[in-house]
Amino acid sequence: MALQTYIIYKLILVLVVFAFTMLIAMYSTYAERKVAGFLQDRLGPNRAGWFGILQPVADAVKLFMKEETIPSVSNKTLFIIGPALSLLTACMTGVVIPWGTTITLFGENFPLQIADVNIGILYLFGVVSIGVYGIMIGGWASNNKYSLLGAVRASSQMISYEVAMGLSIIALIMTTGTLSVGQIAAQQHGWHWNVLVQPLGCLIFIICAFAETNRAPFDLPECEQELVGGYHTEYSSMKMGFYLFAEYINMFISATVISTFYFGGYNMPFIGRFVHDANLLTLCGVVFLFAKIFFGIFFFMWVRWTLPRFRYDQLMNLGWKALIPLSILNIVLTGAWMMRHEIMAYLNF
Amino acid sequence: MQPLTNRSKVVVNKKMSLYEKIYLPAILSGMMITMSHFFRKKPTIQYPEQKREFSGTYRGQHVLKRDENGAERCTACGLCAVACPAEAITMVAAERKKGEEKLYREEKYAATYEINMLRCIFCGDCEDACPKEAIFLTDRTVKPENNRGSFFYAKDILVEGTEKEKRIDVTRRQTAAVLEFKKHKEFDHNR
Repeated sequence: MALQTYIIYKLILVLVVFAFTMLIAMYSTYAERKVAGFLQDRLGPNRAGWFGILQPVADAVKLFMKEETIPSVSNKTLFIIGPALSLLTACMTGVVIPWGTTITLFGENFPLQIADVNIGILYLFGVVSIGVYGIMIGGWASNNKYSLLGAVRASSQMISYEVAMGLSIIALIMTTGTLSVGQIAAQQHGWHWNVLVQPLGCLIFIICAFAETNRAPFDLPECEQELVGGYHTEYSSMKMGFYLFAEYINMFISATVISTFYFGGYNMPFIGRFVHDANLLTLCGVVFLFAKIFFGIFFFMWVRWTLPRFRYDQLMNLGWKALIPLSILNIVLTGAWMMRHEIMAYLNF
Repeated sequence: MQPLTNRSKVVVNKKMSLYEKIYLPAILSGMMITMSHFFRKKPTIQYPEQKREFSGTYRGQHVLKRDENGAERCTACGLCAVACPAEAITMVAAERKKGEEKLYREEKYAATYEINMLRCIFCGDCEDACPKEAIFLTDRTVKPENNRGSFFYAKDILVEGTEKEKRIDVTRRQTAAVLEFKKHKEFDHNR
């Protein structure tokens, strides 16, 4: 592939992924309110446009028009860096996700993945971990005790659950034998979904994903009853919007990562029997991936509007006393299963 | 104690079984409950387009009735103003001149009649007090306004029109039973 084509194709891919991330995050806010309404026997927003479809636009206009206040006692630079960092890290994670296989146009192959880094999982974890800095810095810079408490909660929660999440991923890496997200997705061709190999790991990963995205039932950093608004108490206008947006992008990325790691990514069983054109097959894959993602996002919302919030000690108990031992057990079991022939041979069966 | 419903549960401090400790089955059943609500018919009434029917005895904006010939029934006796617990009603009485028989039913009438809708509590005591069947509360709601002054409703708003289509129907409040009840002066209401 010529260098110019390569650069243009990558740029287009980046822009498309960015635009889709933004669009989905935007409409996640609408979907959240709609799902919340329906689960609570209400209708949700339905005035702006057909079925309220323009509600996110109205919200965006409102947020942009709002007065921007920066507390005089705050650290102004950090106050601005906080939400920016949050949104930046949220947008960076989409790079290593394989959105589909390859599209062949004019005799060239275009993989639908921006960068198939061979340590994609490590990259993902690195970027997600930086995300907590956005919250931490924002909460610290506000110079408000509620914000600070929210930020402290967020960071301790994310650190505790990252351990369990990382450990559950280690078992996955052991079975797949690769750190590349693209290869993990490709390996799950047909029915070889990782959730069937790693059900416990999948469960732990999903629970940790809830905690990582600060979603209910783990939304302690922003619980209204105790902390007003948590880390974004002092924020207004679009900075507030950035935090909310980052949360929804994180949710979208979490749903994507869960479906890529455990639910086959763009793979769908039996589709090869009906569709034979390679490009069409790729497009079908993209559609399937997004169907899984949307269900994932819906699942996030469904849980949010079903479960009450954890108490803080319960949260820590669950993280350190239940999920981490379970994920270590998962690693041991996976290892034992992988080494079963050697173990059998050693025991002279 | 007699339980009010059969849904009350006695709290016991027993240890949870392993099945309960896992929480996941309970969470799943909870999620099934919320999902069943997802598909349930919503009781929402889309207000400006759909309106819920008022009850027959709804007490909304007042009307000053005219009789069948189109003459105002009110004689400015002031009983409504006396009965009003919120002191929302004021009026100025005037004597009927010759040639005004078409306009006013009795020799005395209300030259001005004002109800302060911000003070009114829509209790309907004015309607009970009225000996001439002149004032009624209707199923119309008071319109929102931007300034307090607009809530002083004078005769131009309160009195119903003379034309047949502008008459306000109060038959749902002025039933035969109500009229019968009002005849009995021994009731505290009608004194």
